[in-house]
Amino acid sequence: MTPDQLSGLSDTLFSTSVGLYSLATVAFCAQLAFGRRPARERALVTAGGGAAELPPESPADPGALPEDAPSVRRWGRVAMLLATVGALTHAGVLVTRGMATDRLPWGNMYEFATAVVLVAVVAFLVLALRSPGLRHLGLFVLAPVVVSMVAIGLFLYVEGGPLVAALRSSWLAVHVSTAILGFGVFFVSGIASVLYLVRSRYEARGGDPSSSRLVARMPSAATLDRVAHRTAVFGFPIWTFAVIAGAIWAESAWGRFWGWDPKETWAFIAWVVYAAYLHARTTAGWRGRPAAWVNVVGLAVMVFNLLYVNMVSTGLHSYGGVN
Amino acid sequence: MSTVAPPRPAAAPPPSSPARPSAVRRLGGFLLRQWRRLTAMRTAIVLLFLLALAAIPGSLLPQRSLSQANVQQYFADHPTLAPVLDDLFLFDVFSSPWFAAVYLLLFVSLIGCVLPRALEHARALRTPPPPAPRRLTRLPDSARLDTTLPAGAALDAVEEELRVRRYRVVRRERGGVAELSAEKGLLKETGNLVFHLALVALLLGLAGGKLWGYEGSILVTEGDRFCNSFQQYDTYSAGALVDSGDLSPVCVGLEDFRAEYEENLTAASFTADITYGAPGEEGSPEVIGVNDPLRVDGDRVYVTGHGFSPRFTVTLPDGRTFADVSAPFLPVEQSTMSSEGALKLPDLGAGSDDQLALQGFFAPTGLVQDDILTSIDPRPLAPQVAVVAFQGYLGLDSGLPQSVYSLDQSQIERGRLTEVARGNLSVGESLDLPDGTTVTFDGYSEFAALQFSHDPGQVWVLGAAIAVLAGLLGMLLLRRERVFARADTDPATGGTVLDVGALTRGSGDGAPRFAALTDDLRAVLASRDPARADRAPSGSASSTGGTSA
Ligand code: HEM
Repeated sequence: MTPDQLSGLSDTLFSTSVGLYSLATVAFCAQLAFGRRPARERALVTAGGGAAELPPESPADPGALPEDAPSVRRWGRVAMLLATVGALTHAGVLVTRGMATDRLPWGNMYEFATAVVLVAVVAFLVLALRSPGLRHLGLFVLAPVVVSMVAIGLFLYVEGGPLVAALRSSWLAVHVSTAILGFGVFFVSGIASVLYLVRSRYEARGGDPSSSRLVARMPSAATLDRVAHRTAVFGFPIWTFAVIAGAIWAESAWGRFWGWDPKETWAFIAWVVYAAYLHARTTAGWRGRPAAWVNVVGLAVMVFNLLYVNMVSTGLHSYGGVN
Repeated sequence: MSTVAPPRPAAAPPPSSPARPSAVRRLGGFLLRQWRRLTAMRTAIVLLFLLALAAIPGSLLPQRSLSQANVQQYFADHPTLAPVLDDLFLFDVFSSPWFAAVYLLLFVSLIGCVLPRALEHARALRTPPPPAPRRLTRLPDSARLDTTLPAGAALDAVEEELRVRRYRVVRRERGGVAELSAEKGLLKETGNLVFHLALVALLLGLAGGKLWGYEGSILVTEGDRFCNSFQQYDTYSAGALVDSGDLSPVCVGLEDFRAEYEENLTAASFTADITYGAPGEEGSPEVIGVNDPLRVDGDRVYVTGHGFSPRFTVTLPDGRTFADVSAPFLPVEQSTMSSEGALKLPDLGAGSDDQLALQGFFAPTGLVQDDILTSIDPRPLAPQVAVVAFQGYLGLDSGLPQSVYSLDQSQIERGRLTEVARGNLSVGESLDLPDGTTVTFDGYSEFAALQFSHDPGQVWVLGAAIAVLAGLLGMLLLRRERVFARADTDPATGGTVLDVGALTRGSGDGAPRFAALTDDLRAVLASRDPARADRAPSGSASSTGGTSA
């Protein structure tokens, strides 16, 4: 195939994956709507003891949640399948882009943002495959994913092209890949914290489990908090590494390893906010909702860094290619 | 799985008794309280937040460290607001006293928090795990197993299982009841300490680099060279402890500069052939480029940009010629390399009012439409200049600094410098001035923007950053687990009741591992059950005993 055909294919795959994600969102919605109650999160509300009596939640447990009717399980499986196929086509978007331009497919904001969303979807799929109870999160992850993808397609789209000289470095692979990974994982973490905030208020009000509202069908606040923390713990070293790799690259490309360029500044701010989140999570008086808010602020900072700093401010990082 | 963090000893000893508070005591008490407040985790979170907040204006307002020109522009655009912001150091956020105050407080807090922990950890590494808590069922994970084995043998089985899992195990006896404490994962705490202390090292490395480092930038035309001294640089910045006599004695020459482009005119690579060596020496040949600086003994030479210097020949009416006069024109648009600059010739004629200046626009590949010259290609395929010639007084010796890249606009406004001719020139073409002077466009030379940097802190910072990462991985990925067991005789059955409890700190869920442990224990206990011994004789009753750490 010629580069032009590959680019065209990449764009088609983009639309296809948006379509598949939308269908998956609908299926996840159906799973929630037809479910009577979310599976009660076993082994979670047991901080006080007695956990050992309950069967541990393990990957071997095939998600046969006792309270889910077969039709619900079927919807859940269809949704997972659609999301997985969507993720594969999504990966295809980047692969064909990379082949068309003969370089790593994260040289501009369109490609970067597309890759971040892919990481978020994959992170969710991995979580949901390991603990089937988390499939109930599907709607809340995939709906923002669809919105982000549409926004990326509408506002960030650029034709594939070669990279400017400063980006031609093996550090592009190291720095940008890890930044994408970290961002995608933080994305899932942030969503979990938002849901935690919603759900914990519902639980604090005595949460009526037979309620037909969506909150009633979310995983428990404790689970959401744990998902948020675990993903942040996973993302933080990756982000730390991405920042260090960026500094190493900046040293060879720009003649200083740190110069408080707007992008660097916001990467630093995000790092500090996530450090604050990890602290808050273990500090009396900050656990629970305050900590979750810190995590949400962290995600806001990441998104701001992607959008504002690339599109509005000017700095050495303005390779975004969006004008 | 514990949503409640395991109990941790309070960071500080209990408050001392305030019997007869003298003034000194009271002051001491006050200071101690403030110190404890500063080193509390809560304060750390607030300070982290403050640090994040403090960095924000540094990204939203123009910063002198990034671009003097943008700051000047801001002053021009906001003449009343800018001085106020400037008084608050908002154009130098990252070197401002209040930014420093936040991070210094944070680091004092960090040291105050981490050093005691480090001492405690050093002690913990040498002391056996603590005694079992009274009520094992209170622990996040706990289980009760019944066995007919005697208490000692039951604990032997637990100890074996734990040693296989690489726990440190201690056996104790309290009130006639045998108990066991086991622990693993002390490296997690080591990771935490390494991480936090490495942050301090990183800050020190940064500070050292700031104090003893310097950098200078200069435009060098092909064939020229410069030596490392502050007088030579177009712009430089140096740390407070840099003595200008201490600069590395080296000179750098630019032999050749090459820019390569893709078909769609994206810049593909910039390469400069330079010579590098002590003054008076030939210098050794080196090739540097974007992403590929020269690094020698802590000094580094970078290519940070490039451009063109158009060359002219000026012939005066009396026949005197000045050949090959040129000045660097700065690129205003990277994609086409259209450039602007000024060539000032103060020493042509007799008087100071006979000075000549050319203000111009250079197009590497020019296209003239309606008399307007634009550049359509960054490569010098058809170079052209648009020049405006001025004659009069340039004001160079007026004492006020002026840019080498543009004319002093105020001289023009005052009428001291007047426009005498303008035109678009291709190579070889001339512009005739009214007084008979001719200006001929001869071609161009290429220049490179080079930067010479010296940062003695850099290696430290890199080392500290690697330690930060290593500590972080240890702290976040490892788990510290404690397991306690107590074996008591059950008066009712005559058998043994084995209580086991576990405490996990760190990532993940302790429950599955604890369940696996108790499953294995059940199996082992059952296999050693004397009641079934005749059916399945267990090999050895107990091989590992005693109390060791
Ligand atoms: C530059 C500032 C700091 C950064 C970036 C930072 C970062 C971190 C990170 C990422 C963690 C891991 C949290 C986790 O295990 O989930 C952590 C843990 C910890 N930090 Fe900091 N920290 C900083 C300053 C401080 C200060 C000032 C203190 C003391 C007042 C402190 C005390 C601790 C403690 C005690 C832990 C362990 C928490 C636990 O294991 O439960 N840190 N820190």
